[in-house]
Amino acid sequence: MAKRSLSFYVLLVFFGLFVLFLYGPMITIFILSLQGPDGTLTFPIRSFGLYWLGQVFREQRIGNFVEPFGRSLLLGLLVMAITLVASVLASMGFRQRFRGSGVIFYLTIASLIVPSILVSLGIGIVFQVMGWQTNWFSSGLGAHLTWTLPVAFLIMLGIFNRFDHAYEEAARDLGAGDLNTFWEIVFPLIGPGLLGVGLLTFTLSYDEFTRTSLVSGQDNTLPLEIFGMTTNVTSPALYALGTLTTLFSASLILLAYLTYLLVMKRQRT
Amino acid sequence: MWKSFKPYALIAPQSLVFALFLIFPLVMIGVVSFWQFNGYAMAPDFSLDNYLGIFTSLVTVKTYLNTFKFLALVWVVTLLVGYPVAYFLAFHVPRLQWQILLFLLCTIPFWTSNIIRMISWLPLLGREGLVNQVLMNSGLIHQPLEFLLYSDFAVVLGMVHLYIIFMIAPIFNSLMRIDRTLITAAADLGAGGAAIFREIVLPLSAPGMAIGSIFIVTLVMGEFVTVRLMGGGQAASVGKLIQTQIGSLQYPLAAANAVVLLGVTLLIVVSILRVLDIRKEL
Repeated sequence: MAKRSLSFYVLLVFFGLFVLFLYGPMITIFILSLQGPDGTLTFPIRSFGLYWLGQVFREQRIGNFVEPFGRSLLLGLLVMAITLVASVLASMGFRQRFRGSGVIFYLTIASLIVPSILVSLGIGIVFQVMGWQTNWFSSGLGAHLTWTLPVAFLIMLGIFNRFDHAYEEAARDLGAGDLNTFWEIVFPLIGPGLLGVGLLTFTLSYDEFTRTSLVSGQDNTLPLEIFGMTTNVTSPALYALGTLTTLFSASLILLAYLTYLLVMKRQRT
Repeated sequence: MWKSFKPYALIAPQSLVFALFLIFPLVMIGVVSFWQFNGYAMAPDFSLDNYLGIFTSLVTVKTYLNTFKFLALVWVVTLLVGYPVAYFLAFHVPRLQWQILLFLLCTIPFWTSNIIRMISWLPLLGREGLVNQVLMNSGLIHQPLEFLLYSDFAVVLGMVHLYIIFMIAPIFNSLMRIDRTLITAAADLGAGGAAIFREIVLPLSAPGMAIGSIFIVTLVMGEFVTVRLMGGGQAASVGKLIQTQIGSLQYPLAAANAVVLLGVTLLIVVSILRVLDIRKEL
């Protein structure tokens, strides 16, 4: 653009304040989780230390944290596996025109924008009417899929849009069948993209709250457990747990972005 | 034969998931909303009592109005804050790599846990929180500000914090698509900065604002986490009402509320689509 005008500096300051607004609260609890044993829920900080980060792993202080973490981990991996398979297949289906593709596409969008609580309530009602027991690995799994599948599907559509069909046609001309073409040509090309989408899907599931809230059954996932803690845990251990789980998902996100950028670069050359 | 059947086979798993966990549940919400609750469980019926209850109960109507209030406030704030941020990224950041990098910087928090992001506000806004401490120590106020936490203010602040990226991203996208030669042409013809913005940038970014608004509507209308964590006991929203009703096993009533909620949400979304055509953005 032209020379830096006054509006540039005004907007720069505005942008800086916005980033501070986004990250400020998170940084606050990072700092507050690094207190010594005499730490409290708020400032001033009397001493620094790793005491509360250590407390997270001692069950008696903060309720049961290890088991919900294990459940969220397992659920995330399950959701990731199902989402990857289903979204890759569906996005490959969309490379060919077919009747009803519009309906399926809008169904996907609908899954993304229907208020989350309705999904949770609906699944809860279905299980109630059927007389099934809600569980994180059944009703919870389904609730997560309504959230991760559309996201993964839309990204996969983008990946396949930039995909050069010439390689596949070459493979077909040389006599490769559908399966062979997929494993020998398509899969290696979209592999890094899949890794990115997989990581993203995992974090979406790992942090999901609203859709799971009514259908997780007796055993909580980690976000539900943390939500419960907000009312009865009054020590910085809550912040420490928040810090650890945020660092965990943020690093996965960064990894996902990096692989995604890598795949875009690779497809361009 | 296989060629025309293939796409259907490929989309089958995904469609099955949506059929089982989206369509069937939504249909069941509709069905159960006509059922009755007998004190222990729900019983099949065809009764409009649940709906009558919603529209005649003053508390419920107030809850809906309160939800609209949250929606209006969050919408205005996310638009007024989100637009300049997107504009800065699209027009004032010089190189594409920098634009993408700064945009990613804005998106990272939105992939992490909503619950943690809400908890993060507690040490800042509480009675003895950082904001009050700073204001008291600087002598600006003598009593801690009570409205900072467990108030409507906190709820709106929390929702803006959670959802503003859904406004920024589509606006940023539509701003990036504006052909820069249009702006150069307008400037050559003597248009000033304000005129260029009003005549070119604003109309061309309207679809982005529309998509962002749709996201905000669907996110805020069903919201109950922020209302719970930041609103304290008093704040009410339809989402929280539904959650409370399920807590007391009143599924038919919750279902009727959900149907009304979905209807209202769709109505708002459709009216946004009437004003602005977003199809070319998709």
